[in-house]
Amino acid sequence: MSANGKHRFAMYWAAACGGCDISVINLHEAILDLADHFDIVFWPAIMDAKYADVEAMPDGWIDLTLFSGGIRNTENAEVARLLRRKSATLVAFGSCANEGCIPGLANLTTTTDLLDTVYEGPTMDNPDHVRPASSTMVPEGELHLPAMNRLLQTLDQVVEVDYRVPGCPPETERIAEVLGLLGAALDGKATLPVHGSVLGAGQSTVCDECRRDRGIKRIAQFGRLHELPPLDPSLCLLEQSVPCNGPATRSGCGAKCPLAGASCIGCYGPADGVVDFGARLLSAFASVVDASEPDEIDRILDGLPDPVGQFYRFSLAGSLLRGSREVRTGATSATASAPATATARTLATAGAGR
Amino acid sequence: MTDDVVAQAIPAAPAEAAIPPFEPVVLAFTCNWCSYRAADLAGTARTKYPPNVRLVRLMCSGRLDPTFVLKAFASGADGVLMTGCWPADCHYRVQNVKALRRFELLHRVLEQLGIEPERFQRFYASAAEGSQLAAAFTRMIEDVRPLGPLGWGRVPAVAPEDLPTGEAEGGAAEPAALEAVGA
Amino acid sequence: MTRLTIDPITRLEGHGKIEIFLDDQGDVERTYFQVPELRGFESFCVGRPVEEMPTLTNRICGVCPEAHHLAAAKAADAVYGVDPPRPAKLLRELLYCAFFVTDHTTHFYALGGPDVIVGPDAPIADRNILGVIRKVGLEFGSRVIETRRGGHRVIELIGGRRIHPCTSVPGGLTKGITPDERDEIEGIARSMLDFAGVSLDTFDQVMTDGPTRELVLGDLFRHETYYAGLVDEGGRVALYDGRISVVAPDGESLGTYAPAEYRDWIAEHVEPWTYLTFPYLRKIGWKGFVDGKDSGVYCVGPLGRLNAATGMATPRAQEAYERYFATLAPAVEGRRRLVHQRGASHWARLIEMLYAAERMLELLADPEITSDDVRRVPTQPPTEGVGTVEAPRGTLTHHYWTDERGILTRVNLIVGTTNNHAPIAMSIDRAARGLIHAGVVVDNGLLDRIEMAFRSYDPCFGCATHSLPGHMPLEVTIRDVRGDTVDVLRRDD
Repeated sequence: MSANGKHRFAMYWAAACGGCDISVINLHEAILDLADHFDIVFWPAIMDAKYADVEAMPDGWIDLTLFSGGIRNTENAEVARLLRRKSATLVAFGSCANEGCIPGLANLTTTTDLLDTVYEGPTMDNPDHVRPASSTMVPEGELHLPAMNRLLQTLDQVVEVDYRVPGCPPETERIAEVLGLLGAALDGKATLPVHGSVLGAGQSTVCDECRRDRGIKRIAQFGRLHELPPLDPSLCLLEQSVPCNGPATRSGCGAKCPLAGASCIGCYGPADGVVDFGARLLSAFASVVDASEPDEIDRILDGLPDPVGQFYRFSLAGSLLRGSREVRTGATSATASAPATATARTLATAGAGR
Repeated sequence: MTDDVVAQAIPAAPAEAAIPPFEPVVLAFTCNWCSYRAADLAGTARTKYPPNVRLVRLMCSGRLDPTFVLKAFASGADGVLMTGCWPADCHYRVQNVKALRRFELLHRVLEQLGIEPERFQRFYASAAEGSQLAAAFTRMIEDVRPLGPLGWGRVPAVAPEDLPTGEAEGGAAEPAALEAVGA
Repeated sequence: MTRLTIDPITRLEGHGKIEIFLDDQGDVERTYFQVPELRGFESFCVGRPVEEMPTLTNRICGVCPEAHHLAAAKAADAVYGVDPPRPAKLLRELLYCAFFVTDHTTHFYALGGPDVIVGPDAPIADRNILGVIRKVGLEFGSRVIETRRGGHRVIELIGGRRIHPCTSVPGGLTKGITPDERDEIEGIARSMLDFAGVSLDTFDQVMTDGPTRELVLGDLFRHETYYAGLVDEGGRVALYDGRISVVAPDGESLGTYAPAEYRDWIAEHVEPWTYLTFPYLRKIGWKGFVDGKDSGVYCVGPLGRLNAATGMATPRAQEAYERYFATLAPAVEGRRRLVHQRGASHWARLIEMLYAAERMLELLADPEITSDDVRRVPTQPPTEGVGTVEAPRGTLTHHYWTDERGILTRVNLIVGTTNNHAPIAMSIDRAARGLIHAGVVVDNGLLDRIEMAFRSYDPCFGCATHSLPGHMPLEVTIRDVRGDTVDVLRRDD
């Protein structure tokens, strides 16, 4: 705590889009309450950050740090370790820090392929196939760039995390609740939540807070929303054949996307008790497939053109496998990265039925 | 003695034969009511099957959460075999059919992540089909062996030096034990 | 040779770095502006269904997700060759105009504004949004907040969410708005229009009585480059749809092109010392970091848009536009001249804010705005498509190629700030050369002014790679030839 009785607050973005910061700034007037309770000691998005000061801070000096963004390069990792050291409470804030978010889909591609795609693009004038290099000699001296890691990592894969606030971005109202709760706890007026717990979200799924009607789901065909005629605005999207990630996604957002006619894309991460978001969602989708014969099952599943993108859109980096085999192990296989079309394999002598 | 003589006296690198051949580790999930008993039967009948197949008993193939399969691969398994009752024979009526749908969908995910289809297979075995199951175990090992290790637990290789691809730290951290998976 | 490292980031902020090399006399030899990050959306979006691009690519930037959402939706429309129903286009543009007012408000009052309103010589503690509120008054400060809140409300009503909207799909939108929602948006738009007018008045005041006038409009940050921006059929500034107009530094038009023709016009130069590329005009060519008519470097954003257009499509904005040019670049012998002072971006931004608010009211007056006919199902097989909008920071282009199932096989993105990359690097170099000379003590004033050099562009390296616009803290490390640190200057000292 500072001499003025306020707690010290910091916020940082690593490999993020800044949406988390905007969502905090959208507290509007309430951000003045934040300033009443906290001394903002470090927050690059809105104030002149004093990073050398962060290094000079005693360990554990910052009472509360919200860390958004995944760990994409060596620099991100370094800052994560620094802020972990300086912060009494470190919160993984938003989808990137918790699950890797959309940028985590880069874990399907090697960095070499990624750089090739970017720097050999259709508008590139790059006859010498130049790539950014960790060190470049220019006439005046040497220039350095931070190195990209092979895998994008989540914050908790690099340092210990005290709490998690999910969402892409976390909804502003939830942020107000979290700051209120942690502020009160730091004041001794409330109990600190259990270490490691998820704050600012519900325990159940988006389906539970979605007002669309649900019946018994049986899907004879998955559809793609833009290819379907106008949908029933009051009926479950999944029942109308639209892949919706609500069944595995944590509640807390207010089911905004499905209520606006768009499917849930899973930005609030796994619901309570879910180890691997994709595995849970995959199970949910498989359970609504209205078929029992392999060929018929295959036909229906062909309606999901990008399974990994569907099931791990936000959570690949934080999943059990974390990325493709090529990225993870450096090994390749014939089937890497392209969406699978082949049928599943059954041991040769197993009968198709009897 | 000249340098040449000494150099010639130094033995060459161990012959390939000296490196133990790769033996895949395959995790086989079994159903309490059929395939587990089939495996038991194979044992009592002294039917031989490869020792590198590890069995995990579930009450039903329908209990096979895809999470378990991912956990197995992430923990170093080279292959995973799902075994269960024949379609009409499920002790819990249709749970093995649900397992089939999950299997098919998970297969697509694994393939997109670069895991060869041979590494995740399924096999039906009633309680009486001990020798068939043992043969399936053997075939599974034979299918996986030529693919080499999956190597999910290995530290990723170092990237080319002139590219800004740096530390891979943490990328290879070991996941928690299988038991930690929610029940 | 002495070397200055202006490093907002190396150890901590991680999103931009300036290296200044001095020659033996102590003059600037060369300045390098480096962007140290890349996430690679063009790579990992391949393999995804094209209809997901509006929600995948808005994660490129949480400051301007609306721009990526709509550029992606328009590119996806084009991939399917589907023209969304008119009400859908009206609604997308309405959302977009509300976003423009909101984003320009954020920049003017929270990010770039402090330089202009409070002034660079004010204490650091005042050079932020709180200092702005002290200067303009608490009541007006609360209107800044109200405008941002209103903008996000409109975005939520049409886009489904406040940040990272979700309702645009190939062929239109997943939902329309109700008459009640229309009325609510109209109330917000009226208040925004009023706010934009007052903001322009405030700017006028600051410019007439403030010492910042010279800083904003003076030659320190002047570059004579090409300019580009979206225009409507009348050649006036457009935000959601139109053709791209390109003008030469002397005001001559180089031509206009449809978004799908962008590859004939734009190419990107690559340097190994930064992750971000340098777009330039293909017809003129890459001649390095120089301005003038022979260099393909061009500038986008508010300054570029107003230069590339010949007017504004709404009455009050047109009035402001005329005054802007009469003040900064009056015509000579009937020949139109362009505004080259980078600091004028702040003024141009406010004129656009006024336009966007006026345009909202026009759109809301359209009887079709509450129609349910907001989505058309594509009938053609997906192939390839380009979508362009004007992001607040400049022309934003998404280009997708798909297979017959609509799965992406290739993606190319040229985003607002990337267009401005070369001009930003040049402005930083200009500022350094103008301020660092043999025998001149390098102090914190230098840092402020170098910071202003790029802040007037409202740079969003979140779009380009990932970091945010706004206050990049600066640290200058002065090193001798051996690389040993001689002195360290920090902005917060």
